[in-house]
Amino acid sequence: MSLLETRGLTAFYGDFQALFGVDLVLEQGEIVAVIGANGAGKTTLLRSVAGLNPTGSQAVRFDGEAIGGMAAYRVARRGIALVPEGRKLFPSLTVEENLLVGARTGRAGGWNLERVYALFPSLAQRRAHLAQQVSGGEQQMAAIGRALMGNPRLLLCDEVSLGLAPLVVNVIYQAFRALSEDGVSLVVVEQDIGTALAAADRVYCLQHGRVSLNGRPSELARERISRAYFGI
Amino acid sequence: MVGWIDTVIQGVLLGGLYALFAMGLSLVYGVMRLVNIAHGDFILLAAYVALVFQGAGLDVAAATPLVVAVMFLGGYVLQRGILNRTLGKGLLPPLLVTFGLSVVIQNVLLQIFSADSQALRAEALTTASLRLGDAIAIGWLPLGVFLVALALGFGLQWLFARTGFGRALRATSDDQETAQLMGIDHRHMYALATALAFALMALAGVFAGMRTSFTPTDGPANLLFAFEAVVIGGLGSFWGTFAGATLLGIAQSIGFRLNPGWGLLVGHLAFLAVLVLRPEGLFPRTR
Repeated sequence: MSLLETRGLTAFYGDFQALFGVDLVLEQGEIVAVIGANGAGKTTLLRSVAGLNPTGSQAVRFDGEAIGGMAAYRVARRGIALVPEGRKLFPSLTVEENLLVGARTGRAGGWNLERVYALFPSLAQRRAHLAQQVSGGEQQMAAIGRALMGNPRLLLCDEVSLGLAPLVVNVIYQAFRALSEDGVSLVVVEQDIGTALAAADRVYCLQHGRVSLNGRPSELARERISRAYFGI
Repeated sequence: MVGWIDTVIQGVLLGGLYALFAMGLSLVYGVMRLVNIAHGDFILLAAYVALVFQGAGLDVAAATPLVVAVMFLGGYVLQRGILNRTLGKGLLPPLLVTFGLSVVIQNVLLQIFSADSQALRAEALTTASLRLGDAIAIGWLPLGVFLVALALGFGLQWLFARTGFGRALRATSDDQETAQLMGIDHRHMYALATALAFALMALAGVFAGMRTSFTPTDGPANLLFAFEAVVIGGLGSFWGTFAGATLLGIAQSIGFRLNPGWGLLVGHLAFLAVLVLRPEGLFPRTR
């Protein structure tokens, strides 16, 4: 049984349809990358899985249970954590307080402040700063650390490498690899195809709200990916 | 000279009561950006609930925890059932709904209790005082109210700054959607914040009802004092609110000393002066 399965997932913003029946499966410990151009529906896909966008209850199954359309806070307590686009740290809280709020899922597990600081040492020195006072890379690490504090089984990451130095992206993706070896599954949304292909076990390409291609990075030729990505 | 010292002391103690009025308003606004127009009427409602318990034979000490519990539950249900639906659609819907509640509460109180003024009986407590020299007497009740308000101010500050619940409230206030991703049910958080505010208002209502008599139409005046204290102090800081309430109390007290008819007027003038000279309040949000 797959850890996460979406079947015929659709999503709407008012009259605008953003997703037209997306099928996706993810096994435990797997890293799946979702790539696609702007407006392809990547963020909507993650938000729908996390419970922030309404969907049919059978459209999303997690660990064998239908969780589509469930309230976001219940989804979080079941072990799905979303690192949202733009980091969305709480601005009036310090870095450390942001991390502590992540633990409000009430889930048991091995994550605590020490372990997050061990994973991202530069955060430890910034723990008492307000979230907006630290660099973009540190904010992204804090957002990922905050999600990990909730001991998720599945981590959804929305454009975590956007606007970051290659060195920082490297640190973050090394952390993802270590997580997947611990049995955490990841869905990584990226616009940067290179980063996505290097990190992922499998890739889904979205185009206009539909899956245009999926498979293992080694089996997919570059030109097929470009065609699926841009639709030309 | 001694007379003026006495005036300032009485003003500070009156400020303790206003701080209790204002903390609930400040808390609800701080967490939800919701201005509760019925705030003063709910304070008054708490006094009438205490009156009912007294009518059933309980003394004030036994009735107060019950009033706090009733108001806490009432606040939770009100937020969960009604006020949550008004959030996220701008400032106006919560204003209109709470304005409506204010009218309803006043008229229901009039219907049940008539327009006669009432007071809570607190036996010796209302008249006992601590004498400092010949000219100054500090009433135990106003002193007690002040100390309770001070302790609650400390308590709230600690709750918000140091506890997991306080962090979750601040996170929800910053960004309720992202807070949900942390497993936080924002509607439950909002309801708990309102429940907490109503518990403070319950104490405020009981204390106010012990200090002076009240009628069903006193609510808007309570709201006004709370509002003035919050604005003088600066929105979003508990200590600012406390300082604002104290200043308002002193201004009113000085006014009453100058002329028994001027007390409230001088309070309003102090409020206007702060509004003109320092519209952000004396102690704007630092958190």
